[in-house]
Amino acid sequence: MGVGTYEPEGPEFIQILDKDGELVGDEPDIHEDTLKEMYWWMFYARKADEKALKLQRQGRMGTFAPIEGQEAAQIGASMAIGDKDWFVPAFRELGSYLQRGIGLEKNYQYFMGDVRGNEIPEGVNNLPIAVPVSTQVPHAVGLAWGIKIKGDEGAVLTVFGDGATSEGDFHEGLNFGGTLGVPVVFFCQNNQWAISVPLEKQTGAETIAQKANAYGFPGIYVDGNDVLAVYQATKSALDRAREGKGPTLIEALTYRLSMHTTADDPTRYRTQEELDSWKDKDPLKRFRKYLEDKGIWTEGWQEELEKKAQKKIDEAVQAAENIEEHSVEEMFEHMFNEMPKDLKEQMEYLKRSLEEKEIEEEEVEIKGGFP
Amino acid sequence: MTEMNIVQAVNNALHLEMESDEEVMVLGEDVGVNEGVFRVTEGLLDKFGEDRVRDTPLAESGIVGVSIGLALYGLKPVAEIQFMGFMWPALDQLSSHASRYRNRSRGQYHVPMVLRAPYGGGVKALEHHSESFESVLAHIPGLKVVIPSTPKDAKGLLISSIRDPDPVVFLEPKKLYRAFKQDVPEDTFTEELGKARVVQEGEDITLVGWGAMVPKMVKAADHVSDEGITAEVIDLRTIYPYDEETVHGSIRKTGRLLVVQEAPRTLGFGSEVVARAVKKELLSLKSPPLRATGFDVPFPLYKMEDWAMPDVDRIVKKIRKAIEW
Repeated sequence: MGVGTYEPEGPEFIQILDKDGELVGDEPDIHEDTLKEMYWWMFYARKADEKALKLQRQGRMGTFAPIEGQEAAQIGASMAIGDKDWFVPAFRELGSYLQRGIGLEKNYQYFMGDVRGNEIPEGVNNLPIAVPVSTQVPHAVGLAWGIKIKGDEGAVLTVFGDGATSEGDFHEGLNFGGTLGVPVVFFCQNNQWAISVPLEKQTGAETIAQKANAYGFPGIYVDGNDVLAVYQATKSALDRAREGKGPTLIEALTYRLSMHTTADDPTRYRTQEELDSWKDKDPLKRFRKYLEDKGIWTEGWQEELEKKAQKKIDEAVQAAENIEEHSVEEMFEHMFNEMPKDLKEQMEYLKRSLEEKEIEEEEVEIKGGFP
Repeated sequence: MTEMNIVQAVNNALHLEMESDEEVMVLGEDVGVNEGVFRVTEGLLDKFGEDRVRDTPLAESGIVGVSIGLALYGLKPVAEIQFMGFMWPALDQLSSHASRYRNRSRGQYHVPMVLRAPYGGGVKALEHHSESFESVLAHIPGLKVVIPSTPKDAKGLLISSIRDPDPVVFLEPKKLYRAFKQDVPEDTFTEELGKARVVQEGEDITLVGWGAMVPKMVKAADHVSDEGITAEVIDLRTIYPYDEETVHGSIRKTGRLLVVQEAPRTLGFGSEVVARAVKKELLSLKSPPLRATGFDVPFPLYKMEDWAMPDVDRIVKKIRKAIEW
């Protein structure tokens, strides 16, 4: 092949369920209970996401990054994570977070501006949210290197968006992963929009998955709205990592049905037609159809799930809104193992000035949103 | 004159400079079709097209690095980093190259670029959306650091920054973006870089600040005027080059200094202001120079953000402390 005719070959697109829930690939052997669990988390995540948007609109929550449309990519990936594996998130992870056992009240609390929402439950191998895009990718490689050095079991799954693949940290992380041959899976939720910037302005490559070639490990291109395909792809990549065969890059092609964050207005940059075409590929709709065909999904079961979700959401809102207020100490704690004297003095100064406060601050009104 | 807020004033400056100089161009994340996440670049893509108004990949180091190349080739890029908190990956390009090409090439090359970024807290944002590390930028030899606090200054200073032959970091206090409007001349005008503005005159203490701290200083000055204290309020407008002359002239008059910064305390730009005042104006000072600052902690999520920044109450207390010393 001459340089002049170089045509990079994109990887094959893996799909098990088509948009209408019909089997188009090899049906995986997944236990009925696991299938039900998958559906529950996807459904619960969607409901919890809807509620977060309402809370934000009512002024009860700050800026929130919705996941609507990405439930299969999130639940399919996180359900493949084993007990000893690690999950290294970006910031749009409500579905995976719930499935990972991080309570909804914690998620709500975080987006209500309370840093204690970042606390990870004991025994869950999970790093906290990373907002600066792609910066967590090298951390995942470092964790995986640690696993290899210590001869432990387990692998690391890190997730990020399509925009993240433009950052230096993405390339540096993948390159380290490839050279070290460590047990890490790089999972890109390609939702096709980095705020207003579409994928074609993010990369000149046909797919993100093909970028793996340059780092010397496999890339998998999977339908991110097909939970079965995502689950199978992630499971095989994590198995491969645990077997010592090195990293994999997975590109899950999905779509952000909602806004980048609640401060964003997607009608400024994308068409209703495009949105409708992706609503037609809704991950929940197709999975429900599949389960119905198998006799697993029934209207009665759906009603049960709705009640259960509603109850959990109500409880989470209640818990997040009624949490004890922050103490001044909490702003200064956890900077170092021991608080330096200088910081203690700053803390005492703030406490004193709050106790002796005479003048209330007049709020400057901020009109318009910000992301 | 037209009434404008800071967003409109910056937008107006970009329109005028792009109209008058075809080498001026705008690049960054979401600056084109979306017209900026704060709408600062409204109307630019429609008017000037994609060759001059470019939505870039999500890569801060790339945005600044590419801008350096454009500037070396004779274009005048006005690049945007969406939030100052995301500027860190670009610090390598700023400190290793944008600030050094002139010096390294012995004046053969220079980098006439502007890097704009909203900065500062007080808008209930997520983590990394409220930072103010202007002193880090001012610490890099070879960068100018400009911070307007009013619409008129925003317009005049941005036009000067674009016309400046050297790299300028232009920081926009997002707390003030739409906080108030001001009459701004419709035509092109410039405000000199490196010149502070005396917001109001006073006899008893000099208050020095920049960005979103300026209206707080003015309010604090109002409060203490009931107590018979008159405060001179100085908006630095440019952190570097630092207008020592204006600040020290005021200190010689008032004999007292309070610097107000929302950035963490240690090695904020206030430290530089105080060090210079002590060195050169020691004998004019009637009390030790004071600072009202943020704390040496990461800017918190919004439930604690009111604690993180100096407020009018804290500024007033510091003024009294300086007077009563």
